Order: sequence, then structure tokens, then C-alpha cells
Amino acid sequence: MPTTDPTATDRTFDVGRLRELFPILAQRVGDKPLVYLDNAATTQKPRPVLEALSRYYASENANIHRGVYALSQQATEAYEGARGKVARFLNAAEPAEIIFTRNATEGINLVAQTFGRRQVGDGDEVVISTMEHHSNIVPWQMLCEEKGARLRVVPITDTGELMLDELASLLGPRTKLLSIVHMSNSLGTINPVRRVVELAQAQGVPVLVDGSQAAYHMPVDVQALGCDFYVVTGHKLYGPTGIGALYGRRALLDAMPPYQGGGDMIRSVTFERTTYNDVPHKFEAGTPHIAGAIGLGAAVDFILGVGFEAITAHERPLLQYATAALETVPGLRLIGTASAKASILSFVLDGVHAHDIGTIVDTEGVAIRTGHHCTQPVMERFGVPATARASLAMYNTTTEIDQLVAALTKVREVFG
Amino acid sequence: MSDLRELYQEVILDHNRSPRNFGPLEDADLHADGHNPLCGDKLRVAVKVDAGIVSDIRFEGSGCAISKASASLMTEGIKGKTLDDVRTLFDHFHRLVTDRTAPPDDSLGKLRVFAGVRDYPARVKCAILAWHTLLAAVDDTQDPVSTE
Repeated sequence: MPTTDPTATDRTFDVGRLRELFPILAQRVGDKPLVYLDNAATTQKPRPVLEALSRYYASENANIHRGVYALSQQATEAYEGARGKVARFLNAAEPAEIIFTRNATEGINLVAQTFGRRQVGDGDEVVISTMEHHSNIVPWQMLCEEKGARLRVVPITDTGELMLDELASLLGPRTKLLSIVHMSNSLGTINPVRRVVELAQAQGVPVLVDGSQAAYHMPVDVQALGCDFYVVTGHKLYGPTGIGALYGRRALLDAMPPYQGGGDMIRSVTFERTTYNDVPHKFEAGTPHIAGAIGLGAAVDFILGVGFEAITAHERPLLQYATAALETVPGLRLIGTASAKASILSFVLDGVHAHDIGTIVDTEGVAIRTGHHCTQPVMERFGVPATARASLAMYNTTTEIDQLVAALTKVREVFG
Repeated sequence: MSDLRELYQEVILDHNRSPRNFGPLEDADLHADGHNPLCGDKLRVAVKVDAGIVSDIRFEGSGCAISKASASLMTEGIKGKTLDDVRTLFDHFHRLVTDRTAPPDDSLGKLRVFAGVRDYPARVKCAILAWHTLLAAVDDTQDPVSTE
């Protein structure tokens, strides 16, 4: 890989040096260098995250919140320290507003099963949008089915932008929650979340924001956004799988019933009556993914160390470069051309199914995602069965984009 | 490129471009729907049976080159066969695309072009979808077939 990337304008951001922190990127696929462009599915892990995981297991492992011995206290401090790091990363008002989950999906399900089950009743409505990931559709469908409530869907434009007027008109006295994605995983669209929250607040509607894609591309300030809930997943933040976080406003979390029952979420248990622990522990039953949380803490530290200014200064021109490069490929059509978008290039190729594209570019070492990307309603909206999707992260280079484009010419050679 | 040509044989590309027996079948005796949620492939296989013999078969739907060509070549391969033959051919085809050690069975004829699929585990479902759907039609399964 070249150490002088033309998009790296910031003197402190050297993509070549950055790539050296990600051991997996040095791999080859057959005789080709790995070109990893499936970051929207999961990002690769830098050494500081790998080292935090191995350090925890090698020298800090103990169960938390229980032991009086030094090692347990050390593990507890590391785990709670990670909560503090995630709280700072999202600018939560306090660490107790951060609940560790398995992933963003679990964060949404937690809200649906606690806040949702208490707030949503017969004849009520939950509002989502066409561009939601299945994880922000199905939990609400399940809730609505159980409660006799109705799921309303905000439509999107041909470029993949949220129709704000339609959104405003869907909100009303029956709306009990608006759940919306910050950045679309299949279109790249960045939604105007601040504006969306204002519209919802004007109707007294609480808002959950799915930040799975946004949080590794742009700074997130939950207090500035004004949302009530925000979910992220660790493995898309250059952190481990199996760990995510739910931010919730303290007053809401305090009022919500627990999610799962078990150890750690209780204050006292008798057969007659159990009293629950305070937030965040009320929502963290059982031994949590301690190592994962510590790894996530290291991951958000790593991101902030690189800095969103540098990340944006690298990723934005890279997206422009990639967009222009893909537009030169004959018969290629981009799906998702919103004016505010980041790091996602979804496309279809005339006469070639996305799955065939994926197989052929893989033989050139290029890893992209093909299929519906867990957004079947988006595929239906654009009238395509599937798309091929290249998604970028801080370590991708213009050279890799060139390799993708070269691999796409192989597709044409095979299919004619 | 040579590896890719093993997968995307000329016969497969031809059947992808112009699938045979493609479209609805009027007065079908049996039919079933197949779905591969992974890549969005959807197809319907419809069969006419005359005295235990497949007298006509057509398919419709959308999918990748492998799944479309597989459905197309399958319809050609089983027309005129008995329902028992269909089940035997299914087994041979399944082995062809999944078992790297077994030599292709001669009874598969033209269908042997799919031998390359065994080197692409992610694509086995594409090649086998039409066959699973056909089997469901023959066994008169009511639920749509899914590869997941």
C-alpha cells in the first residue's frame, strides 16, 4: 500500500501508517492483496483493541461487581471505565445512561420490550422509515402485533432521502415512538436527525436513533441531537463483536421496567419480592461481555485518537473519488445518491446479478457485500432484487478503489 | 480467470442470457415457490404430470446467473422423466455441487456444467434452489422453500 495517499491532506493522518495498526489488512486472498470494502457489515480491528482484549484475559480476568479481591475490583474498574469512555464518545450526560448490550439489535429490542411495551397500546402508532435495517423494523412489528398498534413508515425519495414533510404528517397524538436510522447501511444517506427530533418533540414523541453506521463516520452528540435513545454496535466501531451500547435519557431509563431478569440486575431477592438495581445495572442481567466492553472502550478511544476531523477529511474525498470512479464503469447505476451521505456505494450492473458481481470481484481479492443488506424494503423501493455494496472505512485508499473498478471490468469480461 | 471460467461456463452464461422454459405454465398440476433470502433469488417452478411422467415444466422469477441457469437447465433435463427419476437426479445434482470427491454421475448429462460450483461454497444455494423448489412441487409441499 502506498504511504502517501492523495486524500490524506491532514499531516497527522497517514493512511499507510494507520493501516499498519490493522494486522488483517496485510493479508492476501490467493495471490491478491485483500481489498476490504465491507465495512458497513463489520470493521477490522486495530492493535489497541486486540491488545486490550488479550490484556484483559491475560491479566485482569475476574467477574465484576462481586469480588472484594483486588482482581475483581480491577476488572470492575476496567468494565465501568469502558462505560465512561462510551458515554464520553456519545456525549451522554453520565455513564449510567450507557447500557451495554450485545449489539445495536439488542439495544432496539430492549427499548421495544421495556419502554415500548409500557408506552404502546391498542390503536397507538410507532413510526419508522423505509430505509431502516431489519433490526429497526422487526422489533416494532412484533410489538405492534402484540399490542394491536400500527407501524407507520416514512417514505423516501428516488435519491434515498427521508421525506420530512411526510414524516411530520405521520406524527400525531397516537404516535408513541419514532425510531429512525442516523445513516442508512444500504444507501449511505445521513438523515437530518436534529431536525427529525425537533419535529417529533413538537408532538411530544420520543425518538430512538439507530447509530450503527453513523458512529464510526461522524461525531455523535446525543445531547445536541436531543434524542431519547441511541444505539451503537461495537464491531462497527473497530471493536469486538458481541458488544454494543444503548444510550437512554436517565429519566426514561429510571422509569422503564427491567429487560431480562437475573443476577446483577437486582438489589435484593426473596421468593416473595425482588427489588431491582439502579440503572444501568437494572438492564444488564447476568455476567456481561466484560472483555467486549473493555475492547469497545479501547475502540472508541482509538477512534477519538485518530479524530473525526481527520477521519472525515480522509473519508469524504475518498467517497467522492469512489463515486466518480464507479460512474465510469459501463452499465453501473448507483442506488442511493442523497446529497448528505457517507462511505456507502450501493450499485447494480446492467444484466449482472449482484451475487455474480460479488463472486467475481472476490477472485480479485476484493471483499464487497451483495444482497439486500438486511433492508428488503429499500430493495423493493428501488425495484432491484439486490445490490452490490462497497463500504469504506478510515483505512481504505484510492488504490483500493482502483482495484475494485479493475475487478468490475472482470465482471464484464465474464458476462460480455 | 481460468477458475472463474470453471464456474461461469459458456453453457451457464447462455442459459442465464436466454433461459429456456421461462414463464408461467397454464394448467400446471404441481408448483412450488423457492426463495434464497441471502441474495434475494425468487422463483416458481410449475410442472405438468402425465401418468407419472413430467410432460411439461416451466419456471419464472429472478436470480443470479447460477440460479437462473440452473433452473433453465433443470427444466430441460427433467422433461420426460418420471417423478422417481426427478428424485434420483436431485440427489446426483446435490452431490455434484457439494461433494468435491464424487465424480459427476453420467445421468446428469449437460447438468455436469455445474461441477464448478463445488469450489464456491457460497454459491451452492444458488445452484440448488431450483431443485429444492422442484422437489417441493413434486412432493406437493405447501410452504415456500427457503435455502436459509
